Amino acid sequence: MNLRLYLLQRVTAALMLPLVLGHLVVIFYATSTKLTAADILGRTEGSIGWALFYGAFVCLVAVHGAIGFATIAREWFGARGQAPTIIMWTVGVVLLLLGLRAVFAVTMPGGLS
Amino acid sequence: MQVSREHSATLDRTNTVNANVTKLEVRVWRGGEAGYYDTFSVPKRTNQTVLDVVTWIQRNLDPTLSYRFACRVGMCGSCGMTVNGAPRWTCRTHVSKVASDNLLEIGPLGNLPVIKDLTTDMSRFFEKWQRAEGAFVPTKTRKDPIAAISPQDAARQNVDEAIECINCGVCFAACDTVRWSEDYLGPAALNRAWSLANDARDGGNTNRLRAISAAGGCHACHSHQSCMQHCPKDLNPTRSIAGLKRLTMEAYLRGDLS
Repeated sequence: MNLRLYLLQRVTAALMLPLVLGHLVVIFYATSTKLTAADILGRTEGSIGWALFYGAFVCLVAVHGAIGFATIAREWFGARGQAPTIIMWTVGVVLLLLGLRAVFAVTMPGGLS
Repeated sequence: MQVSREHSATLDRTNTVNANVTKLEVRVWRGGEAGYYDTFSVPKRTNQTVLDVVTWIQRNLDPTLSYRFACRVGMCGSCGMTVNGAPRWTCRTHVSKVASDNLLEIGPLGNLPVIKDLTTDMSRFFEKWQRAEGAFVPTKTRKDPIAAISPQDAARQNVDEAIECINCGVCFAACDTVRWSEDYLGPAALNRAWSLANDARDGGNTNRLRAISAAGGCHACHSHQSCMQHCPKDLNPTRSIAGLKRLTMEAYLRGDLS
């Protein structure tokens, strides 16, 4: 792992820490107060706050997770040469697209449909 | 193929002294990368080390057994072997502390190519010291006065532990990351780099920090701390590596490594 990727992974981990805690609080709140899907969508659709919160979360996860996957591919599955880099970019882009799609789906007014 | 053969001594002087002596069942690796464990019966003695057992086997049962040792007192770092699954210095490892049910299984150190029996090829281990810029780079000549390093100096205190390394390779054999990445420098080489990075007399830090920031450098360490757990000198290479991560990060942010 080169130093730039190492730093990027640590910085994204530090930034995700408060977001993970916030996400856990949201989960506990949503499940303990028995909110329905409609209740949740009623609060998230059209909300710039939730869009920024989960949009940032998804971007950080995509960067952090992609670097980690490249390391796993190298160390556990013996990926060599350009393979770890290709895996890193692929995982990063897929995570980013799937994550942002989910964020849009719950925060866009009226959803994605 | 696993083959097991039973050996017994034709003459054991200990048995003539103590008729009630108990025996150790010792399984010893024979061959190279491909090999088998051979089983030997060795008299158990008080204050017996694992190296004593190996030496006894070679002198009394099988003179073809290959192993490496030199000082026998925990200074030279030559006698590292895998004992009952864990890497250890055998000259200071008492049988009574590691044998369970009088059973010992002794193999070569892990993560290193086996030459024969208990002897490994340590070239890879020492080449990584070179790659980590583990050689001292002097900044003065013999005509200059000797540099005064205060024991209270913070950089000197940083390496109080690290400089006690005897290069035995036990940490290298214990390290998961070494097993997973053949280019990883490993705990001992990085610990050495940390010692020199804190040496006020040394002038090689720019190249050193660059070397240990490359692929396979200090940032590949996952901080599993197997090196600390198995180090026979109770050193903490993980802490040295954490120090290097800090130093390289600071150097990178200053623009020294770009």
